[in-house]
Amino acid sequence: MRTLRFLLQKEFIQIFRNKSILPIILVMPMVQLLLLSFAVDYEIKNIKLIFVDQDHSHFSALLQSQFTGSDYFIISGQTGQTQEAKNAIERGTCDLVVIVPPGFEQNLFRGGRADVQLIMNAIDGTKAGLSSSYATGIIRNYTKTLIENYRMRSNMGIAPQYKQIEANYSFWYNPELNYKVYMVPGILVLLVTMIGAFLSSMNIVREKELGTIEQINVTPIKKHHFIIGKTLPFWFIGMFEFAFGLLLARLVFDIPMVGSLYVLFSFAGVFLMVVLGLGLLISTITETQQQAMFISWFFLVIFILLGGLFTAIENMPAWAQYITKLNPVSYFIEVNRMILLKGAGFMDIAVHFAVISGFALAINALAIFRYKKVS
Amino acid sequence: MPDNSIVVDRLSKKFGEFTAVNEISFETKKGEIFGFLGANGAGKSTAMKMLCGLLTPTSGKATVAGYDIASQSERVKRRIGYMSQKFSLYQDLTAIENIRFYAGIYGMADKDIKQQSDRLMQRLNLVDYANVKIEALPLGWKQKLAFSVAVFHRPEIVFLDEPTGGVDPVTRRDFWEMITQTAAEGTTIFVTTHYMDEAEYCDRISIMVDGKIEALGTPEQLKTNFAVSTIDEVFICLARPDANKTN
Repeated sequence: MRTLRFLLQKEFIQIFRNKSILPIILVMPMVQLLLLSFAVDYEIKNIKLIFVDQDHSHFSALLQSQFTGSDYFIISGQTGQTQEAKNAIERGTCDLVVIVPPGFEQNLFRGGRADVQLIMNAIDGTKAGLSSSYATGIIRNYTKTLIENYRMRSNMGIAPQYKQIEANYSFWYNPELNYKVYMVPGILVLLVTMIGAFLSSMNIVREKELGTIEQINVTPIKKHHFIIGKTLPFWFIGMFEFAFGLLLARLVFDIPMVGSLYVLFSFAGVFLMVVLGLGLLISTITETQQQAMFISWFFLVIFILLGGLFTAIENMPAWAQYITKLNPVSYFIEVNRMILLKGAGFMDIAVHFAVISGFALAINALAIFRYKKVS
Repeated sequence: MPDNSIVVDRLSKKFGEFTAVNEISFETKKGEIFGFLGANGAGKSTAMKMLCGLLTPTSGKATVAGYDIASQSERVKRRIGYMSQKFSLYQDLTAIENIRFYAGIYGMADKDIKQQSDRLMQRLNLVDYANVKIEALPLGWKQKLAFSVAVFHRPEIVFLDEPTGGVDPVTRRDFWEMITQTAAEGTTIFVTTHYMDEAEYCDRISIMVDGKIEALGTPEQLKTNFAVSTIDEVFICLARPDANKTN
């Protein structure tokens, strides 16, 4: 224990004497949280729409006016030709085509049903998905209005008499679909991951570069003391970072904190051990800070892109979803949202907790094993 | 416990096909200054790293302070000091912070650390530089500090790998005074150097050529054996046998 005290003292002096570290610790979270949270916005407006009206009836015009009246769509062209609209999609000047075929009004009133075709540019999957749901929403409302307005006359055979099954959406935990609430807890995780992985992976390898590691290795220091001495300072910094980011999120974005902060911080603590252990492992297998940096990047990019923040994990192919099971970041992002937004308690995240603890044990054991005092 | 602090018996180190150290054998006595000479690449540093427990030997046996270097390397480490060829104190710490860190790792008591580091700072004339990061100190001062840190925990043996490389003649003389004094207190000094005048200060020297020890004895003995007047000439005879023939 005494050895550890001297190790920690030395590490802390070095960390706080390093002129670039304090700004990194304080400025990085502010810039990232504020910048990313405002910029990453999945709410989509101004979807470019071509309305192909081949019916030219009162009711097709009514439908068109519903689209033009919506905030989400802007009419980017007018044509009666389906082919022309399809070409516009191919040129990228149009995101969504709504085709009202000839006989729409007639079918609606005689047969009781009529078809409308939607064609979406699905190059941007998220945008296509949202366009489709906005468009179906408008069409649903339109149908509803029709039924309500013409029910009185339904005995005259004008409106169809059928019971409609309606799907009503109710967005729990984030009722206004506020993307900040969704994104900020996730971005916070990335922040803690990056700080932890970079600072720790650069640390032991820096001693290798300077040659000081040799001096350490001729002392009777215990391997686990050395590793703990190298980890703990960054653990404290990481936890501080997380608390600081959370405070910012609360003050700036008014992120709800429904669940227990104790559970959240316990999870964060174990999660940090995983990230720091990974950093140390990288540190022990590399010879220069440059190598350590590149390898850290390699892992971070995978962790971040497969973390469920920018692409929902459910939308990934099966094999990728399998990979995310090994991604500590995806667990923390999920837990963070579960606790902050849903108020999950310890029992709700027990499985996540067990998995992340397993990761922490495994990776740190590997780092201690890989660090060799004798070559 | 015999009087020998280091006993080396046919110690070898191979890196793949290359034999860096080839069956060397020697002993050092307690409190002796043992000069370990050899040309660049002769295998001095490799041999020294094996004795310090930084490298595992390929074959052969050695004990340092009575402990086997292969199986008891952590016990060996408790009893030795080491000053590497590359300056390896923490440049972003002050002298006191470096001393305190290493002393703490070797398990010295807080009171001893405080007292002895104060005394050391005075002896090294570093009192006025107590708050200066050592990266700002001149090289000679740093080397003296590094040596002092290496022997601060009173090891039985201290290994010095080219401790005076790049140091000015006056500081080199100071440095050797410190070495002599430390040896007089009973610490064995195991030192490599390329300065042949320094070799003359050693009690005994060995000269390594291509991984083997080709000469071993007191400076006087070696000069007599090779019938020359300086260690410099002994060294050239051994390291450059061809050059010797043409002369």
